[in-house]
Amino acid sequence: MNHYYHAGDLGRFAEMGKGNPELWQKFQEYYAAVFADGALTEREKALIALGVAHAVQCPYCIDAYAKACLEKGSNVEEMTEAVHVACAIRGGATLVHGVQMRNVVDKLSM
Amino acid sequence: MKGSLQSRSSPLAAADEQRRVLAAAAVPPFETALADADLHPLRATGVRVLQINVGKLCNQTCGHCHVDAGPDRRERMTRETAELCMAALESAPSIDTVDITGGAPELNQSFRFLVERSRALGRNVIDRCNLTVLLLPSQADLAGFLAAHRVRVIASLPYHRPAQTDAQRGEGVFEKSIAAIRKLNALGYGDGSSGLELDLVYNPVGAFLPPRQQAIEAQFRRELRARWDVAFDRLFTITNMPISRFLDFLIASGNDAAYLQRLAGAFNPAAAAGVMCRDMVSVGWDGALYDCDFNQMLDLTVATAPAHVREFDADALAARTITTGNHCYGCTAGAGSSCGGSVVP
Ligand code: SF4
Ligand code: SF4
Repeated sequence: MNHYYHAGDLGRFAEMGKGNPELWQKFQEYYAAVFADGALTEREKALIALGVAHAVQCPYCIDAYAKACLEKGSNVEEMTEAVHVACAIRGGATLVHGVQMRNVVDKLSM
Repeated sequence: MKGSLQSRSSPLAAADEQRRVLAAAAVPPFETALADADLHPLRATGVRVLQINVGKLCNQTCGHCHVDAGPDRRERMTRETAELCMAALESAPSIDTVDITGGAPELNQSFRFLVERSRALGRNVIDRCNLTVLLLPSQADLAGFLAAHRVRVIASLPYHRPAQTDAQRGEGVFEKSIAAIRKLNALGYGDGSSGLELDLVYNPVGAFLPPRQQAIEAQFRRELRARWDVAFDRLFTITNMPISRFLDFLIASGNDAAYLQRLAGAFNPAAAAGVMCRDMVSVGWDGALYDCDFNQMLDLTVATAPAHVREFDADALAARTITTGNHCYGCTAGAGSSCGGSVVP
């Protein structure tokens, strides 16, 4: 194994059920319920998932949800905006911590 | 657009080369999936729809075309064959719908004869329309003709935005398609009350499966109304078949193996039970009979009934065994796909 990430590993996700089938089953059911049409549509949920996939920088999820978004009828303009939302939140989250930096500086400075 | 496979002298222009590629795909043979679903061999349940493909001439050259149609193609149904089709129709009262396709079927000189005769025989008529044909100077009276004969129009519009539609169907096609829909809307098509039905067809602009029909229909209705002020009745989702120009795209883009596996992996027995070939027969431009328009493009004529419209035998066709292959996975993936959209809700 020369790389930590292999595209083919996404298709082996279900092997995680081997260690604990019960938990895997619960996770599967929960996952399916989360992504079903509800107050939000399947399409909207897939766009959120795409944004989150970028925020957590998971190549498996990016692969899966880029496809899922297309298969739910979204287009690349909408998907790009979802990635920008993730980017803005990540960037904003970094920047807002600057207030902590300022608190430290303020406390120590004359 | 790139032009037809034939004009590019592509090996895939030949049906036997397409069949070879499909048979070699790394998926379980379609017949195995059918057998697992207790549907092998696949049999017809009747003949309700007569689909007539009048030829490969088209004013467009869409990147995904399963017919390999285009302005360069010359194969066209003659008046004599069109008359044989109408004789077959007259002999078969079980057929309630005549579904005319191409190419751009309206460009065939027998198109209007087929419409008029089918209507005179009391059958419903569908025109599979690419929309832009309605704007050709030679077709200035086409929309009025369709309305006068109460022809149901099923029109291709792969997406509700210009970029995606033009990427598949050619530069400027989206705008022209909207202009054509406006022309139809002005005659009452798509208003839900005139009885003039205008249905649109979504198909994926790439190597992925279509969304749920109901969900994307709502999205199309909202977007087309808000941005372009046009209306339609229903939206059908159709899966791209891995044949002809779409197969060429799949191979050129390195998506062939994954796409075939995606289709096979999404095999749905309920969709397989409802595939359209079970109650339709497809006639080619030269009068040959097929189980569907896709088998027609793969040169797979009907196997267990006379295979020319001259010898049309509705009873034998209604009881025939259907010829299948790995391309059939395109009809059975997910919610299924047919000329009338998804097969299961
Ligand atoms: S998909 Fe339809 S409109 Fe496009 S080239 Fe083929 S026949 Fe013509
Ligand atoms: S491709 Fe034709 S023969 Fe095969 S399942 Fe679809 S409609 Fe039937």
